[in-house]
Amino acid sequence: MARSTGKDAQALFHSLRSAYAATPTNLKIIDLYVVFAVSTAFIQVAYMAFVGSFPFNSFLSGVLSCIGTAVLAVCLRIQVNKENKEFKLKLESIYRHKVLSGISADAERDLPAERAFADFVLCNLVLHLVIINFLG
Amino acid sequence: MVGKPQPEPVNGSAKSGPSQSHLAPSSSTLKPDLLSNFSLKSLKLKTKQQELLIRIAILCLVYILAFITRLFSVLRYESMIHEFDPYFNYRTTLFLTQKGFYEFWNWFDSESWYPLGRIIGGTLYPGLMVTAALIYWSLRFLRFAVHIREVCVLTAPFFASNTTLVAYFFGKEIWDSGAGLVAAALIAICPGYISRSVAGSYDNEGVAIFALLLTFYLFVKAVNTGSLAWALASAFGYFYMVSAWGGYVFIINLIPLYVLVLLVTGRYSMRLYVAYNCMYVLGMLLAMQIRFVGFQHVQSGEHMAAMGVFFLIQVFYFLDWVKHLLSDAKLFQAFLRITVTSAIGVGGIALGLGMASGYISPWTGRFYSLLDPTYAKDHIPIIASVSEHQPTAWSSFMFDFHILLFLFPAGLYFCFKRLSDATIFIVMYGLTSMYFAGVMVRLILVATPAVCLISAIAVSATIKNLTQVVRSNNKVPQAGSSKGTGSSKGSSKVSIDQSQPFQRNGAIALLLGAFYLLSKYATHCTWVTSEAYSSPSIVLAARGAHGNRVIFDDYREAYFWLRQNTPPDAKVMSWWDYGYQITAMGNRTVIVDNNTWNNTHIATVGHAMSSYEDEAYDIMRSLDVDYVLVVFGGVTGYSSDDINKFLWMVRIGGGVFPVIKEPDYLVNGEYRVDKGAAPKMLNCLMYKLSYYRFGELTTEYGKPPGYDRARGVEIGNKDIKLEYLEEAFTTSNWIVRIYKVKPPKNRW
Repeated sequence: MARSTGKDAQALFHSLRSAYAATPTNLKIIDLYVVFAVSTAFIQVAYMAFVGSFPFNSFLSGVLSCIGTAVLAVCLRIQVNKENKEFKLKLESIYRHKVLSGISADAERDLPAERAFADFVLCNLVLHLVIINFLG
Repeated sequence: MVGKPQPEPVNGSAKSGPSQSHLAPSSSTLKPDLLSNFSLKSLKLKTKQQELLIRIAILCLVYILAFITRLFSVLRYESMIHEFDPYFNYRTTLFLTQKGFYEFWNWFDSESWYPLGRIIGGTLYPGLMVTAALIYWSLRFLRFAVHIREVCVLTAPFFASNTTLVAYFFGKEIWDSGAGLVAAALIAICPGYISRSVAGSYDNEGVAIFALLLTFYLFVKAVNTGSLAWALASAFGYFYMVSAWGGYVFIINLIPLYVLVLLVTGRYSMRLYVAYNCMYVLGMLLAMQIRFVGFQHVQSGEHMAAMGVFFLIQVFYFLDWVKHLLSDAKLFQAFLRITVTSAIGVGGIALGLGMASGYISPWTGRFYSLLDPTYAKDHIPIIASVSEHQPTAWSSFMFDFHILLFLFPAGLYFCFKRLSDATIFIVMYGLTSMYFAGVMVRLILVATPAVCLISAIAVSATIKNLTQVVRSNNKVPQAGSSKGTGSSKGSSKVSIDQSQPFQRNGAIALLLGAFYLLSKYATHCTWVTSEAYSSPSIVLAARGAHGNRVIFDDYREAYFWLRQNTPPDAKVMSWWDYGYQITAMGNRTVIVDNNTWNNTHIATVGHAMSSYEDEAYDIMRSLDVDYVLVVFGGVTGYSSDDINKFLWMVRIGGGVFPVIKEPDYLVNGEYRVDKGAAPKMLNCLMYKLSYYRFGELTTEYGKPPGYDRARGVEIGNKDIKLEYLEEAFTTSNWIVRIYKVKPPKNRW
């Protein structure tokens, strides 16, 4: 039983690795960023466990900064991933003149990476302004 | 004024029906077909523009209507603050505008909770005050010399108007713009909302319902679009809500519940992931900036659901991602088993550790009393004693919702018929808030927007279907005469419709019925607003014997007397209901007030009120009390006075001081003040202060002197002597009586 589980895990690991190798580079960079943020959060939690959580707001802002950036980066990753077709930009408002000249009103296209990145930067800006305020 | 609201919702729904239904065909053929034969044709506008014009006009009318229908109280009485809590809000706003934000943030108030004081800056939701102060400053900046009181009085109606706009956009998001218009019209005059947002009701709820609906709207928008920017906006909406009202707990529990339901029903999507995570992390961080809320988002049990769902959705996303990477189903099953067991194990251990170490505080009493309506009655008398915390009676549902109560299930039916992420949200919001509305009267307020939105869907969908039937039959002669200008789609519809006889007449009858019901709703709402919800409760009005209006302005008389005739550092003891008013209007220090943060202190006052005079004197000396204020309705028949609240004082006092026992004040379980009353009752401080010299007074013709009109009995102890207190002031209708505590006697 134990041996078969180990074997399974190994096979799993291998297939995961080979599948991941096919990911585009820009997504891999984001993944690295996420891993970095999450591991920083873990380090802070471990530090808190040893030293204590006295300035609790500082601890919280540190950890939430990491978690926040990680989560926002994951959101960015989802949005810039070409395979996700869920994110649409309504064209109606932007290209109204084109709509009138023949393109149907509900035309949609994929969310451009620039827009996703702008949202990401905006959210990060808010996140870190609040954290600076909260750091104490 | 009364006639104005009547046509409004009818107009809103009637216009939105046809204009909506011809939107779809008109985009393909821009030819001016017969549908655009409105009166607007002369303006040479395109159908779409006409539709937009009508929509904006209706929204503007609804916006104005929502504002003016809340002004009854200003017209009838005067521009003043109502009730109890608003006086505290008014006082703090005044302080904020005079001293500035930093002083306000660091304000330690020594005028309340006398020996203890209260850190006001850290124990209040500043959203309302800051909003009013901002409005005030911007008006000042524009050179409108308004008084801060006017701003405070009109804040709630102003935000109610804004709520109608949010309701429109919300309705548009979950259904279509027709439903949005109907929702805006319905919520503008819905009594359940008006009850807390009339002019002068300067309370947190007035702003908070706007913030609540805004947060929900932005969140649904974020889920629909999957955009980080909308999620960020929703986080800001949540921040505003947290800064305004403690009811934000509803949001932070409803949204995770919604996410959970979507996960369980297999509707998980990337959009949901983006919306929830961004909203949760940023919303939580922003909420922590409010000092009163502080670390509760990571420490209190009420907020743990959101955090749990946050971690759950991470696990879900991770699994989804791995599943996407692995094409082999069997491998994924193995992987799933390992991760799910470990995730549940880690989560369970973390929660258990947090609970056991006391790091995560357990749920508070208010929360329990929501889940179990009988909890407060047994455990926390101070919550149960507030009338707005009582379970709701059926009649008040009917009173506050009227036809919406019947339209609500119909709307639910439509939502289920067209299930989407947005309609699931509104259904969940409706159902949970309806439950809470049943538990507590005041939470009808939270349910109102959901009920209005869901009913609007029912109204809009029904009327749209009916008008389609009516109009497609209209086409029949037209299509025949003008050689087939009607499209093939229209004629096919006609052939279906003709298979059912009387359909057109039936549709017209149903439409008329719907308009009749909606106009009834409008009249009902106006009547309720004018009769029930526009009284300030600080000034009482009654009908005289000849049908004339009698105004009892005793409260303000008494508070003004306190302000003018007592030393500035005098301490006034009263039951906690009047604390805010005494500090705001009388400008004197009080022992307890409506911010019931210290149960023991309130129980001490209850103990003093329910003891004999000499025992009460010791308590009052220990609290440095100079004046005692009681509210008495025996002369005017005002029933919410201190004698009727007295049993709660006994209960709350007895909860901390076991010397006080409730049965001592009852006779065979019955509460009475006449000759048959319990001896302890007849001689306790509250009884003596209320009925002092009352035995000499004839209140009603043909009744003996000392006849209590509020309770309809002759009082039992007419010969009351006061030893340690003396009467200082009694208002003209005896509603407020103030006594001075005598200094201690000389020892020799």
